[in-house]
Amino acid sequence: MLLSEVQVGQSGVLQRLDLNEEVSDHLAHLGFLPGAPFKVLRRAPAGDPTVYRIDDVEVGLRSETAQHIEIELDAAEAR
Amino acid sequence: MDCHSTSSAVLPELPIEQLPGGRRKLRTVALVGPPNSGKTTLFNRLTGMRQKTANYPGVTVDHHSGRMKGIGRPDLTLIDLPGIYSLATYSEDARVAVDVMTGRMPGVPPPDVVLLVLDAAHMNRQLMLAQTVFSLGLPTMVLLNMSDLLEQRGGKVDPLSLSAELGHPVALISGAKGKGLDLISSFLEQTTSSDEERLLPLRLPVLQSPATSRRWAQQVAQRTHYRSPEAPVWTRRLDSILLHRLWGPLIFLAVVIAVFQVVFSLGQPLSDLMGDLLTKLGALVTSALPDNWLRALLRDGIWNGVQSVLVFLPQILLLFLFIGVLEDSGYLARAALIADRGMRFFGLNGKAFIPLLSAYACAVPAIMATRTIENKRERIATILIAPFMTCSARLPVYTLIIAAFVPDERFLGHLLGLRALVMLSLYALGFCAALVTARLLNSKVMKAQPAPFVLELPQYRWPTLRGLALRLYDRGTLFMKKAGTIILACTFTVWVLSVLPVHHGQFSEITSSFIGHIGHWIEPVLHPLGFNWKIGIGLLSSIVAREVIVGTLGTLYGADPATHTANLQMALRHDMTAAGAIALVVFFAFAMQCTSTLAIVRRETNSWKLPLLQFCYMTGVAYVAALLTNQLLLRWL
Repeated sequence: MLLSEVQVGQSGVLQRLDLNEEVSDHLAHLGFLPGAPFKVLRRAPAGDPTVYRIDDVEVGLRSETAQHIEIELDAAEAR
Repeated sequence: MDCHSTSSAVLPELPIEQLPGGRRKLRTVALVGPPNSGKTTLFNRLTGMRQKTANYPGVTVDHHSGRMKGIGRPDLTLIDLPGIYSLATYSEDARVAVDVMTGRMPGVPPPDVVLLVLDAAHMNRQLMLAQTVFSLGLPTMVLLNMSDLLEQRGGKVDPLSLSAELGHPVALISGAKGKGLDLISSFLEQTTSSDEERLLPLRLPVLQSPATSRRWAQQVAQRTHYRSPEAPVWTRRLDSILLHRLWGPLIFLAVVIAVFQVVFSLGQPLSDLMGDLLTKLGALVTSALPDNWLRALLRDGIWNGVQSVLVFLPQILLLFLFIGVLEDSGYLARAALIADRGMRFFGLNGKAFIPLLSAYACAVPAIMATRTIENKRERIATILIAPFMTCSARLPVYTLIIAAFVPDERFLGHLLGLRALVMLSLYALGFCAALVTARLLNSKVMKAQPAPFVLELPQYRWPTLRGLALRLYDRGTLFMKKAGTIILACTFTVWVLSVLPVHHGQFSEITSSFIGHIGHWIEPVLHPLGFNWKIGIGLLSSIVAREVIVGTLGTLYGADPATHTANLQMALRHDMTAAGAIALVVFFAFAMQCTSTLAIVRRETNSWKLPLLQFCYMTGVAYVAALLTNQLLLRWL
């Protein structure tokens, strides 16, 4: 599943970032690393970007970036 | 358990202390830290108000340095490095930081000591930077900033075990409140540098993969029993309103309108008042002087220049104040989030919104506000398009021409005036030029990998008076110095050209002066636009600042016997076609007639390339647009 497809309120764990080195390095330092748990907090009023919480940090990403990040939903939510 | 009080710190014996002989006192201290770690506030604390801002050679990154007077060590120079997440040199900021810390930045002494600032609330994440900074081999102290907030929100950090774990001294501080600064002093007191060691080439940072340093940081946090603070309840609550689907955009709109209302309704009268005061003061001083060339030089050559710089200061400072409040409170990031969708239309991201909006008042604060845009390409694009927005200096020109040439007709039962419509279309014209330019930059011309929009949402905070005052002082003096000197030089040059050559010990009238000759000389170029040589002189003089043309035309037409008594509007109507007049305002909508903006672009990009390109591009567009306007209108009207 891709990060851009996760609904507001759902949470999961990051699996893989398919972005160029510079971007993934920047994101890594904000906590976007494989294995990191995340939660989708809210979407901007226009529907995009979306605010994600990782490690107590809130980061806004456009769906064009989030769709390059593979995730796994938490077991409770996947059901 | 009081082991995490703000004043506790551990200073383990530094290996450098043991070195026999060749030791000397410290000279240079580098301040390193990630963005949003409160580094700037701490820098201001440690240096007091006195600091120097300059550019590093060849890069757009700022260089802040100052004597550490804030803690009574004026013998030490503190270098503020750009905010960076890692030392991986993808970004210009990180490259500068590595170059400075390894002593390879020309003109910057290699630092003896590093102060690493981390946000205590996000220590587990920000420690990722620590590992690579330690690998440089410099004596380093870790400062956990905003530690008071950490404790308030139920977090916990143990500086003792952290220091033991890291092998470097750790201090809990608060830059905003000035707590724990004594620990920095005693660290600097105990540390000495060895000249012998300095002779060795400085070590390059050892870079780990983000995943590895992240694991390390997490382990350190765990072993030292670090507890991150609880989620910021207020920030969440505020965000659920300020980023609400309906209320969010409405509040956003209200904030934007309020800012503009205040800048124009308070800034404009203040600017007018300033102008009046300066004119009176100038008249008072010059009337006391004998009527000779010196008086003319002082009044027309220098004082007018000072005046045209100072008149815009109230508006510029007001805008800086608002941008400061928005940025320091954390709302700026939310505004960027709300505006992002719309800004994509320009090929820009949400962070460009506030700068572009500010440009409707003045391009100078707008261009300085682009500093919040981390992505260089988008920052340059924003700088390039900002001067197209209809700034307040264009309004005197628009008002003059519209009043003189556009009949006061009303449509739709007095609701819509023709004059207002023309004014509105001039605003639209500038906006369209910005849009087209942005699209152009985004397509073929500057084809680069589109950088993704990554926006960290900081917690909401009350802006501090101290922080705002420092910002106003910093930006205000920068404007006065950079724009002031260039404007002064320009007004002086224009004045000299308008009074020379000297005939029989008398200055020339403007018509027979050098600038008059140039005006006549360029008339063939301007003729197809519908401009005569007087407009040509006006355009030349308005290179200093747009509104200067009004004064110049006043002088020119006042001096002309044929239109001596007529007021300027009448004179213009007598001397220009309506097509030429409309072409003139169209020219002003596009042209870069503003030395302040050029000076600030030069300052912010640290090169003449961009301002020159911008000047040529905007003047070129203005010329073609005015030409088309005049030629088409001549056929229609």
